[in-house]
Amino acid sequence: MAYTEEELKKELENQEYQYGFTTDIESETFPVGLNEDIVRSISEKKNEPEWMTEWRLEAYAAWKNMEEPNWHNVNYKKPDFQSISYYSAPKTKNNLKSLDEVDPELIKTFNKLGISTEEQKKLSGVAVDIVMDSVSVATTFRETLAEKGIIFCSISEAIKDYPELVKKYIGKVIPRKDNYYAALNSAVFSDGSFCYIPKGVRCPMELSTYFRINQAGTGQFERTLVIADEGSYVSYLEGCTAPSRDENQLHAAVVELIAMDNAEIKYSTVQNWYPGNKQGKGGVFNFVTKRGLCNRNAKISWTQVETGSAVTWKYPSCILRGDNSVGEFYSIAVTNNYQQADTGTKMIHIGKNTKSTIISKGISAGKSQNSYRGLVQVGKRASNARNFSQCDSLLMGNKCGAHTFPYIEVKNKSAQIEHEATTSKIGEDQLFYCNQRGIDTEKAIALIVNGFSKEVLNKLPMEFAVEAQKLLEISLEGSVG
Amino acid sequence: MSLKEKLVSSFLAFELDTDTNSKVHEIRSKSIKDFEKIGFPHSKDEYWKYTPIRKVLNEELTIFKKKRHLLEFDKVKDFFLGGIESYKIVFIDGMYDPLWSSTTHEGADICILSSVLENKKYGNVISKYYNKLINEKESFSLLNSSFTKEGAFIHVPKNVELEKPVEIVHINSGGESSLMLQPRSLVILEKNSKAQIIESHYSLNVNEKIHSDKHSTYVDPLTNTVTEIHVNENAKLDYYKIQNDLETTSIIDSTYIDQKSNSEASCHTFSFGGNLVRNNLNFFQNGKNINSILKGITIIGSDQHIDHHTLVHHANPNCESHQDYKGIYNDKSTGVFNGRVLVEKVAQKINAFQQNNNLIIGDNATVNSKPQLEIFADDVKCSHGCTIGQIDENALFYLKTRGINDNDAKGILTYAFANNVLENVGMQVLKTKIKKIIARKIGINIGLEL
Repeated sequence: MAYTEEELKKELENQEYQYGFTTDIESETFPVGLNEDIVRSISEKKNEPEWMTEWRLEAYAAWKNMEEPNWHNVNYKKPDFQSISYYSAPKTKNNLKSLDEVDPELIKTFNKLGISTEEQKKLSGVAVDIVMDSVSVATTFRETLAEKGIIFCSISEAIKDYPELVKKYIGKVIPRKDNYYAALNSAVFSDGSFCYIPKGVRCPMELSTYFRINQAGTGQFERTLVIADEGSYVSYLEGCTAPSRDENQLHAAVVELIAMDNAEIKYSTVQNWYPGNKQGKGGVFNFVTKRGLCNRNAKISWTQVETGSAVTWKYPSCILRGDNSVGEFYSIAVTNNYQQADTGTKMIHIGKNTKSTIISKGISAGKSQNSYRGLVQVGKRASNARNFSQCDSLLMGNKCGAHTFPYIEVKNKSAQIEHEATTSKIGEDQLFYCNQRGIDTEKAIALIVNGFSKEVLNKLPMEFAVEAQKLLEISLEGSVG
Repeated sequence: MSLKEKLVSSFLAFELDTDTNSKVHEIRSKSIKDFEKIGFPHSKDEYWKYTPIRKVLNEELTIFKKKRHLLEFDKVKDFFLGGIESYKIVFIDGMYDPLWSSTTHEGADICILSSVLENKKYGNVISKYYNKLINEKESFSLLNSSFTKEGAFIHVPKNVELEKPVEIVHINSGGESSLMLQPRSLVILEKNSKAQIIESHYSLNVNEKIHSDKHSTYVDPLTNTVTEIHVNENAKLDYYKIQNDLETTSIIDSTYIDQKSNSEASCHTFSFGGNLVRNNLNFFQNGKNINSILKGITIIGSDQHIDHHTLVHHANPNCESHQDYKGIYNDKSTGVFNGRVLVEKVAQKINAFQQNNNLIIGDNATVNSKPQLEIFADDVKCSHGCTIGQIDENALFYLKTRGINDNDAKGILTYAFANNVLENVGMQVLKTKIKKIIARKIGINIGLEL
């Protein structure tokens, strides 16, 4: 049977969210609403030092005076910040020593997701810092990493155990007042991951965190801080799935990366949160601020596969402050039904001889809207800056939209900037060409869609690439036939 | 009193010698009210993000001129194409100047707007076409609609092909300080007709002395022009804008072009002069098999600022649009390009192409580019490309190995960079004129018989 574009479209439309289920775990939840006392209580609950409480309160004060931005190309009902509970922690015993102590329900959840901690521990050598709702419940491979001097723990532990590091770097790349959601996150972040790679160390394994939003009506405010000291290397994976729910859930995370001289950070994300049902009801709001700072000869590479969430609104960015630093952004965004995505990147060239690459692939189906919004900025002193941007959109069906908003601002004459964008559907001539070479339509579509995304999929770490293909609601390779 | 308040109150005085009992005046009254509500754009407006328009909105500006200036032929002759017969509509300080104009009512109407705006004979045409395309959320277009009085009027009837091009020339005599001009033009091409129009703006250099005098109260004129163009079925229009004014005058140019089925319209914008230039070029495709062509060359230096905002609105299937803008920026100049292509759901089989290439030569030059695609239809081919860079080192080396010195080699390459935008210019005289200006701007002697 020949597989046509029509069928591919149908398949996309009929795809149900496979990971919609709720784990039954007793949770401790704060009353809904946000005020100074709640911020104080969150800090208290987590036994945070005084400076952290103050830091949160300042962020809260700033947030109160800020307005929710509305320049984006997405429509959604603004969340009511007073009807969200800002803290929810699964009730587990403290200081887990082995996986046996983890709630069996949790283990089941992970098994359903196909990311059994034990299996991963044994087979893939990935250390998993699992964040279930807001508190870290299992951290593995800590010892192996500790031998190398690598710190990989939850941010609340880091605040207690490594206050100097946290104090020095938190909010440095993304200041508390940076934007509305970053300020909110700074005030109420519940937990997240902290990672420090010492000088000259090459992290022997891919560090990975799985996020799950579990408690109904709970906002998830993750805070991630990755510091790669001089000459070090780390590859960090972040992957997400969330249960089906009817009400919108807000996710406003902040991810800060700091790459010191000669360091390299590779940050990969697979995001597959609940996108809402076919009528566009429910789904996660994904409003994330991600930014990395590159010092001399450093490199930061963002790779993202965005398939979930009702509304995705994020721009992983690189500040290329050091000379010879490199920033990369590879993205696939798939939207279906009523999903909306407004995503892209910012490359801020400040140092000399800085380079950046942007490859963005958008696939829209159903009644979804997919936007690329990016900024390439070359400062006055950023001599010999180089940027290459490519944004391609693939449209499936005539009810969806693909939009491109690239901003290019250049103040230096030695800069070389190239930007190109295309929008198209799977061309009849492309299919015809394949057909006349003896490739049937079914294979041809697979070939074309695969080719369309390959550039980005190739950038994912091995462990993740498999998962990414599974999570991409449209199986980009080998699914046809 | 702010400029906005001043302009709003000027409206009362403006009404005194205007027929207030007409449809056109209703539009004026409504526009000034809307303008009062909106006011001038702010730097926070996305649409004006890169252009500090407030710096040219001097409080001294006024819409009233003091006296009439006559100019001698010697002073204005260079402003015309020359070497070719043409219709001419000339305005000096915003006032129609019959001396240098050559208009007609035979075969086609090529005249001035004031003579038709309130003339019963043209009632139908005016009510059908006037003020139909304006963006009513754009303050400068509203302002122009409020003070509409003079401008060019071109009406080419069915099946008529204009054998001569039309030149619309706006001249600032330099004798009027703080003048804010609001020229308004209306161009209508009926079915199967064809026309070539050249619009240019010039200022006379009589105020050089005033500029060097610190105590001078002279305020450079600001032109806020609006042109509405209707291209009906099977018609073909070539429109050229020459912006080669002094580096002290500023212009805000809004052009709205509405196209019907099987029509073709092209607009070439040559921006070489001006202090601050803002072009809002809007194409609306209301039919099938339409072709829209937008081309532009910008070559500026010192602290000039040129901003091109284009919009191509594809609302129907099987249409095409081609955009090609090239910019060369020297010294401290700033270039802005914001190209927006909007493809609606029903507009299948669209072929939209957009290209913006920039060459930065000056150490302190800035380029801000935003090629924007908004696409709601799936069976389309839309692409855009944008580059910012320098002269290709390899090409430069090649020319040098052939014995061409560095300066000339750079000049040749820069010239070639801009030159391909001229490909579609059918009018030889104009092509030569533009080539000469480009060569002079780049500072090379291309050594060819132009």
